[in-house]
Amino acid sequence: MSFLIWMIPLAIGMGLLGLVAFLWSLRSGQFDDLDGAAQRILMDDDKPISGD
Amino acid sequence: MAALDASAYVSDTQADPRAFVRHSEGLAHLDLLVRGASCAGCIARIEGGLREDERVEQARLNLSTGRLALSWRGDDAAARDFIAKLNSIGYPATPYEPEADSDPQREEERRLLRAMAVAGFAMANVMLLSVSVWSGGLEMTETMQSLMHRISALIVLPAVAYSGQPFFRSAWRALRVGHVNMDVPISLAVFLACGLSIYETFIGHGAAYYDAAVMLLFFLLIGRFLDMRLRAKASQAARGLAAMQAATANRLLPDGAVKAVPAREVIAGDHLVLAAGDRVPVDATVIDGRSALDGSLVSGETEPVAAEPGTQLFSGMLNLDGKLVIEATADRDNSLLAEITRLVEAGEQSRSRYVRLADRAAKLYVPFVHTLAALTLIGWFIVAGEPRPAIINAIAVLIITCPCALGLAVPAVQVVASGRLYGEGVLVKSGDAMERLAQIDTVVFDKTGTLTEGRPRLVNEHEIDPRSLDVAAQLARTSRHPLSRAIADAAGMGIAAHDVTETPGGGIEGYVEGRRARFGSAQWLGIQTTANPFSEAWLQIEDEEAVRFRFQDRLREDAAETIHGFKTRGAEVFLLSGDRREPVAAIAAELGIVSWQGELKPQDKIERLQALKAEGRKVAMIGDGINDAPALAAADVSISLASAAEISQAAADFVLQADRLKSSVFALDISRGAKQRVIENFATSVVYNIIAVPIAVFGYVTPLIAAIAMSGSSVLVILNALRLARRR
Repeated sequence: MSFLIWMIPLAIGMGLLGLVAFLWSLRSGQFDDLDGAAQRILMDDDKPISGD
Repeated sequence: MAALDASAYVSDTQADPRAFVRHSEGLAHLDLLVRGASCAGCIARIEGGLREDERVEQARLNLSTGRLALSWRGDDAAARDFIAKLNSIGYPATPYEPEADSDPQREEERRLLRAMAVAGFAMANVMLLSVSVWSGGLEMTETMQSLMHRISALIVLPAVAYSGQPFFRSAWRALRVGHVNMDVPISLAVFLACGLSIYETFIGHGAAYYDAAVMLLFFLLIGRFLDMRLRAKASQAARGLAAMQAATANRLLPDGAVKAVPAREVIAGDHLVLAAGDRVPVDATVIDGRSALDGSLVSGETEPVAAEPGTQLFSGMLNLDGKLVIEATADRDNSLLAEITRLVEAGEQSRSRYVRLADRAAKLYVPFVHTLAALTLIGWFIVAGEPRPAIINAIAVLIITCPCALGLAVPAVQVVASGRLYGEGVLVKSGDAMERLAQIDTVVFDKTGTLTEGRPRLVNEHEIDPRSLDVAAQLARTSRHPLSRAIADAAGMGIAAHDVTETPGGGIEGYVEGRRARFGSAQWLGIQTTANPFSEAWLQIEDEEAVRFRFQDRLREDAAETIHGFKTRGAEVFLLSGDRREPVAAIAAELGIVSWQGELKPQDKIERLQALKAEGRKVAMIGDGINDAPALAAADVSISLASAAEISQAAADFVLQADRLKSSVFALDISRGAKQRVIENFATSVVYNIIAVPIAVFGYVTPLIAAIAMSGSSVLVILNALRLARRR
């Protein structure tokens, strides 16, 4: 059962990573405009990129 | 047609955007509230359209809130061009005054979301450990079990300390003033479950309930978050309305120049210029000019008020035709509008005394559960003769009866119900508004703008030959006067006359097909008539015989259906109006309303409502005018329309977005359905407790049973709530 010594911390570490990632995304405003984000992906932006 | 009118209204009452421009780092910034944006194409058109302008540095639309953040280089005056540009591509925009300090509600929502994330993380990871303890059974050594419990404690205790705060705080607040609410048993169960588990982990070496404690918090946080979202959505709409009120005034400086200032900066004694189409920003007296003003939102009167030097004006009136110079007699905080706001606040305070269904359930539930736990403690102490099993079983009773399902029972139903109402164009401001609407037995209607359309309509179109109507329409399209609007509406789209001059209080004249045409009041045209000057107008083309146009404020198409709908659902209907008695009587007779009153001031309406409430009735008020706002707040529950005055929409619990009056009947049906579901959910919880409590009392609860019972009852409650989303 010695593998549990590193399996359990690994599992919890991964969970913690997910939690931190979520809190970071919340803080950086990624949930501020959910409708907009869903729609923006449909926008046609296949025009050549103009260097500005 | 309604949408078109709404946009016309917005551009009419447009506040001067320059008053709201901010500066930083050499850029000018402005927040705009854009209406009508709902898709990717809209984003592309709005942002792309603005970026075409070289001055624009950044334009970003938040589709969820409808707010557009705009920054540009250069003059403040460019703001007007940007708004005009947005208007021209079909998205009316108004300046949005950003809140002074950070929004507390938003902060609260963030906090709940973070608490939920932490509880979710802890629950998932502790389950990992708990499941292995449950299924490990005899194979697992006691040392290993103890290790698992210790790791669980390490995860759960900080998580509970963080995520449980919303409940602990609320429970503490309630206990301090000698009340109980749902959060009291929740907090107690969480505390005891953690306490017992710590004891068992480190001293007793028995079963631990870490997973139950954190699962309880996670489920309850979901309920709390749903409730919060619902309120946030409503208050967002209310803040949109507040932004519409971000009015400006045009101050006349001593040197004759005119400067736009925010209306709240106006002080008594200021001279202001009021152009046609502007709203009166503060109470004032006319010192120069003549015009007619629409006071229908202020007093409920349909007829425009004639203004000349010396006339007293009230804030909220709309200037219809001429340019006026007015002297402010009060600043914004002492104007009629502010007075009405105070009456509204007083009404809202009385409404906050309403006790929510969930809190009423808590009042019954808490003493019952706690007595049961105490009896279990005493019973086991007598039977077993030692304290440990007695304490463990008493705590098990508290954990298993913890109102997890009750915490979800109400918010889950309310979110589903408000979602359905939203789909029908009905905006709900708060969850308990639906509870209050479900119990009404009396409905009080306002007349002008609620049962009627609130503006004159041409009623004798069949008597007028199409050529005369066309000529009148060409003149009318140049004017903002309500009668001109009515003609333009009746005739539809078309060309406008040129070289038109408008005489305030008289009429309009111009050239149509080379001939001089005049359209206006009988008096102005020199025609003898006794009729009311605001219910008819005449058209004279050169020396031909004058043609008469008659107007009337028409009933909404669905008014009769709505009244009938409420009556068949067992509600008595009253009509209270600020308008003169004759038109009120006519409308009441047409709709078959027996109880009606006219010529009521805002204060009279409140007194009438309170008299009805004193009879033990549960009163719903449906109204739209500024004069209705205090009555809306004083009623048990209130409904307003999207075309209503901002303050009325802010005071109402429900806003009918599409201006369909009969949606109010639909709202009643949904609210009654929601109440039914809530009661069913409570019943489910009771049944669950009848099964689970004996198991706990007799000491058969294991952590596994606690976990299954808790999640099982929550899922059942949510499934029942979802039934409401199904259309019958």
